[in-house]
Amino acid sequence: MTDSKYFTTTKKGEIFELKAELNSDKKEKKKEAVKKVIASMTVGKDVSALFPDVVNCMQTDNLELKKLVYLYLMNYAKSQPDMAIMAVNTFVKDCEDPNPLIRALAVRTMGCIRVDKITEYLCEPLRKCLKDEDPYVRKTAAVCVAKLHDINAQLVEDQGFLDTLKDLISDSNPMVVANAVAALSEIAESHPSSNLLDLNPQSINKLLTALNECTEWGQIFILDCLANYMPKDDREAQSICERVTPRLSHANSAVVLSAVKVLMKFMEMLSKDLDYYGTLLKKLAPPLVTLLSAEPELQYVALRNINLIVQKRPEILKHEMKVFFVKYNDPIYVKLEKLDIMIRLASQANIAQVLAELKEYATEVDVDFVRKAVRAIGRCAIKVEQSAERCVSTLLDLIQTKVNYVVQEAIVVIKDIFRKYPNKYESVIATLCENLDSLDEPEARAAMIWIVGEYAERIDNADELLESFLEGFHDESTQVQLQLLTAIVKLFLKKPTETQELVQQVLSLATQDSDNPDLRDRGYIYWRLLSTDPVAAKEVVLAEKPLISEETDLIEPTLLDELICYIGTLASVYHKPPSAFVEGSRGVVHKSLPPRTGSSESAESPDTAPSGGPAADQPSVIPTQGDLLGDLLNLDLGPPVSGPPMATSAVQMGAVDLLGDSLMGDESEGMGGSGGSFTPAPSTTAPTNVGAPLGSGLGDLFDLTGGVGTLSGSYVAPKTVWLPAMKAKGLEISGTFSRQVGSISMDLVLTNKALQVMSDFAIQFNRNSFGLAPAAPLQVHAPLAPNQSVEITLPLNTVGSVMKMEPLNNLQVAVKNNIDVFYFSTLYPLHILFVEDGKMERQMFLATWKDIPNENETQFQIKDCSLNADAVSSKLQGSNIFTIAKRNVEGQDMLYQSLKLTNGIWVLAELRIQPSNPSFTLSLKCRAPEVSQYIYQAYETILKN
Amino acid sequence: MIHSLFLINASGDIFLEKHWKSVVSRSVCDYFFEAQERASEAENVPPVIPTPHHYLLSVYRHKIFFVAVIQSEVPPLFVIEFLHRVVDTFQDYFGVCSEVIIKDNVVVVYEVLEEMLDNGFPLATESNILKELIKPPTILRTVVNTITGSTNVGDQLPTGQLSVVPWRRTGVKYTNNEAYFDVIEEIDAIIDKSGSTITAEIQGVIDACVKLTGMPDLTLSFMNPRLLDDVSFHPCVRFKRWESERILSFIPPDGNFRLLSYHVSAQNLVAIPVYVKHNISFRDSSSLGRFEITVGPKQTMMPKSVLNMTLTPSQGTHVFDPVTKLLSWDVGKINPQKLPSLKGSVSLQAGTSKPDENPTINLQFKIQQLAISGLKVNRLDMYGEKYKPFKGIKYMTKAGKFQVRT
Repeated sequence: MTDSKYFTTTKKGEIFELKAELNSDKKEKKKEAVKKVIASMTVGKDVSALFPDVVNCMQTDNLELKKLVYLYLMNYAKSQPDMAIMAVNTFVKDCEDPNPLIRALAVRTMGCIRVDKITEYLCEPLRKCLKDEDPYVRKTAAVCVAKLHDINAQLVEDQGFLDTLKDLISDSNPMVVANAVAALSEIAESHPSSNLLDLNPQSINKLLTALNECTEWGQIFILDCLANYMPKDDREAQSICERVTPRLSHANSAVVLSAVKVLMKFMEMLSKDLDYYGTLLKKLAPPLVTLLSAEPELQYVALRNINLIVQKRPEILKHEMKVFFVKYNDPIYVKLEKLDIMIRLASQANIAQVLAELKEYATEVDVDFVRKAVRAIGRCAIKVEQSAERCVSTLLDLIQTKVNYVVQEAIVVIKDIFRKYPNKYESVIATLCENLDSLDEPEARAAMIWIVGEYAERIDNADELLESFLEGFHDESTQVQLQLLTAIVKLFLKKPTETQELVQQVLSLATQDSDNPDLRDRGYIYWRLLSTDPVAAKEVVLAEKPLISEETDLIEPTLLDELICYIGTLASVYHKPPSAFVEGSRGVVHKSLPPRTGSSESAESPDTAPSGGPAADQPSVIPTQGDLLGDLLNLDLGPPVSGPPMATSAVQMGAVDLLGDSLMGDESEGMGGSGGSFTPAPSTTAPTNVGAPLGSGLGDLFDLTGGVGTLSGSYVAPKTVWLPAMKAKGLEISGTFSRQVGSISMDLVLTNKALQVMSDFAIQFNRNSFGLAPAAPLQVHAPLAPNQSVEITLPLNTVGSVMKMEPLNNLQVAVKNNIDVFYFSTLYPLHILFVEDGKMERQMFLATWKDIPNENETQFQIKDCSLNADAVSSKLQGSNIFTIAKRNVEGQDMLYQSLKLTNGIWVLAELRIQPSNPSFTLSLKCRAPEVSQYIYQAYETILKN
Repeated sequence: MIHSLFLINASGDIFLEKHWKSVVSRSVCDYFFEAQERASEAENVPPVIPTPHHYLLSVYRHKIFFVAVIQSEVPPLFVIEFLHRVVDTFQDYFGVCSEVIIKDNVVVVYEVLEEMLDNGFPLATESNILKELIKPPTILRTVVNTITGSTNVGDQLPTGQLSVVPWRRTGVKYTNNEAYFDVIEEIDAIIDKSGSTITAEIQGVIDACVKLTGMPDLTLSFMNPRLLDDVSFHPCVRFKRWESERILSFIPPDGNFRLLSYHVSAQNLVAIPVYVKHNISFRDSSSLGRFEITVGPKQTMMPKSVLNMTLTPSQGTHVFDPVTKLLSWDVGKINPQKLPSLKGSVSLQAGTSKPDENPTINLQFKIQQLAISGLKVNRLDMYGEKYKPFKGIKYMTKAGKFQVRT
């Protein structure tokens, strides 16, 4: 006969029948009936209607029946408080029973009845039981105080039970001590401020004595309590450690872990030179290893704690790598934790073994685990430099398996390896690129894009690769979009000539077509950076990256120290301080490791203190970036100025205000003080003709109807198309530069090739080498109808802000209309900068010529020029190149010429002309030799047209 | 401390709940069910699950989830150890621990649980003491109870409860006084493809069955105690004497108990007692593969795409379960002259490429009368009582988690 019989029901109705049975005279029948009631209760059936009948059975000398009734009472008293009072008398009477078992049972049950009226009656019996002669009753009563406190804390304090409980810490019976400690700890949890567990050397001694004799559970309570004690010096800490160490051999893993906590905490106070310190370290390893042979659930908790211990004191387990090797039938949560610890323990000594294992794991079945294993290989490479090469080749092997998720993980970690060891393993990029198509996870795609962007100069088809990602830009996750944006900007800065279109495309995708504020902001920042100051952009975007830290996801040291104090608790499982997650923790006290005291005080040696998070050791690149960002943000703050140019405009002149409306505002004659002082820096010659694509629309090119080429003007080149219509939503801009009577102007033809009317034109220059800036707003008086053109002469000045460009005569221009903002760059001929008063005195010329060192002299050949010396001289004079002297030496005409640039740089020239030879030799001397190249170009342009 | 306990069967029914403090609604288990759904297998349900107001700590034993609910910061190992103790107690009481047996004995289960915890604090977890408080149901006792009207519940305070030896009751009497000790060692090992040992360690235990009258005081000494440097003792063992003299001195509990468990690391391991020669290959082109294993393997997990296997063993029986892809081969006794082997072909699911993962061979074996670590008991002495007990020591080596990678 089994208890399942209690579940059978009859037709009359269960409750009715039970009621009859409960009121039966026969003891045996009564008991069976109560059992049936309890059985119903355990499966969640409501049998509260039987309350009075069950309580009636309480008055019995049959202990089993009594216990069953008590079980029932505990469950239902709350719903029937008035009825529950009926039971009080029996409780009070039972508390006087000669049998200690009955006394204890009564006080225990009463505490479980969470009814206020009953708790009032509980106080007297409880007081008696706390002082009972039988320790079994005392220890039960101790727990009862905690129960009562939970129901009515004020009552417990008023009745002085807390003091009685504190006295029990000194009880002669270890079990009573343990329960008193447990009860006090629980009460203290809800009263963090109260100093309930006032520990002093005497009470500690009592606890340590009780520790040896009480039950395993009691040992846990005592150890956890000990861990809160702060020994006064290292000697006391050591003596506590010595008495706690035997607990490490306990069969109960919770006891072991609580002992580990006490030792880890007090060890902090011991000097490392002490022999005992070393002994203790050695003793800690075996119990931790043993925990790993236990059931998987225990292993899991142990592993989470070992993870902390390994970070705090890696020396404890450094030789125990093998116990963390994963078995294929470990539950997944154990596998993942083991892997984590394997990485933390990886060192040069064991890396070969670890790698072999990781490679094995990477072919397992469980996807999560495989991923983490692949990632772990990357972490090994980063942690142990000597192994990096091996790790990379292992990863390549794994990529060859073509298992999709393995490939993706491998690419993600290879990205980190590139970060750690730049310029070392780039040979693998080709292999990575082969797998481009199989990447479907954002993280892997982002990693691959990062690699392409970072090494754009080594990947021939980097632009194609990135372009292929751009097609589905809007379907990508933000992570990928951001990475793509950065990568293309990097590519642009590395290969500006071929990728302008691409960068414009991505910038407009990011800024105009995206709703994501991060993406938009980053897009704007890049855009502004590129248009304001490409050199700075290069410095920022292609800056040397901060090294990535050797150890990944280390816990921050202060948190780690706090967590060490919580070993064995939920906090240690979550790696979060209890205040972060414990429900209703009313001001949880933050625990901290004790400071090291004692004679041989030594600072924490660096090997145990984990290095700070990555934020701490970033080099100074970041602040620079911050400043720059600050500057960029300042731009927006400038008040939008409209109408006549204002002299009060911001310091950041020349910056293109990308955000639109105030585009016209910032330009003015009064801009900037720094203009004019051109400070050359060494540079190399760069490809010319960056932004002036020739070819299409030749018909427009020679539309020379404008007021160009008048008498005193310098040479004016025919207009070329600067901005083709297809790149600017239908707006075509062609133009040229001219200089007439001391004023420079930009002659523009705007053509509307779109189907809508264009209006609201404005123009802005980026900072450039000579401070060229519009001297007046762009005046387009009437809206530009479709297929209409307008010619504008934009006066320029050279007082804009200066930034050296590459090439020197590069000018980046932004033009805005009602449709959009467009960007283009063009090269201006240098002779527009030759000023009218560029004629030098003869003496001065001679002195200067001698004064300028010979290294600054550059020679050029001007070929196929059939002019004679006088014609040359007069032609050049028209463009403000002045001939100072002319000599005939051995049949050659030597022209000595001077010119001056708007920023005050003098250039001296010697032009050698042989009558029979169409090739001239030009020698240029200048204190800023980098301009020579462009002067020569100007000469050539002037002479040949 | 521990608030409540729910027992949940594999199909997700809560079939028992017990609360030690206020009642926690069983809806809290919904979080557990969610986690259970996420986990591919029951074994993979994480042991600690946070919910907005509670924490669920669970162990999975005998196809039952034991889920404890806690509300405040409690050492999780304490809870898990306690749950293990609950499982052990049920097993001790009813012989097996299963849903059926728990349902059949629901009242005893309830009474026992009530004794084990008070307000969430462990009260009596020693099976000796529990059995005095609540007697396990036996057929004889049920019959006697029905006739005499006596009960299962002891009405005296358990004698051991407060003595210095809480694990032993007084007044034990036997006509045959016996003490048996089993030294059982399990080898946990990982062997790689080429047959070399990657990791190997020994988990050893000494289980005792002591039926001695009165209060015997035993000492057990070893020939080579230095092997035992990583040990966990039953609370009865006097730690001081072990530290100073390396002998086990203890007053034993009555009946079956685990005297100590120990861990011997790989350095001390002489040799792995079995070896496995394997040749398992899948081919890319055809849907057939070759399979050959020689010597003592018992279990192999095959990749998912394997449909079936045609194998011929030289001895023993083998079974392939196409659902779990588990191939079991019960080898029987190994004859060193004629090594057992299992040969045949593997048929793969048509159309799938060859599996990426390699199957792992799980080995089970037993060697009688040998402790592989070389541990040997020197002598067992008894003090405190006058009679001469019968003593016996058995050794056995088993495979623990013994895996061969292919």
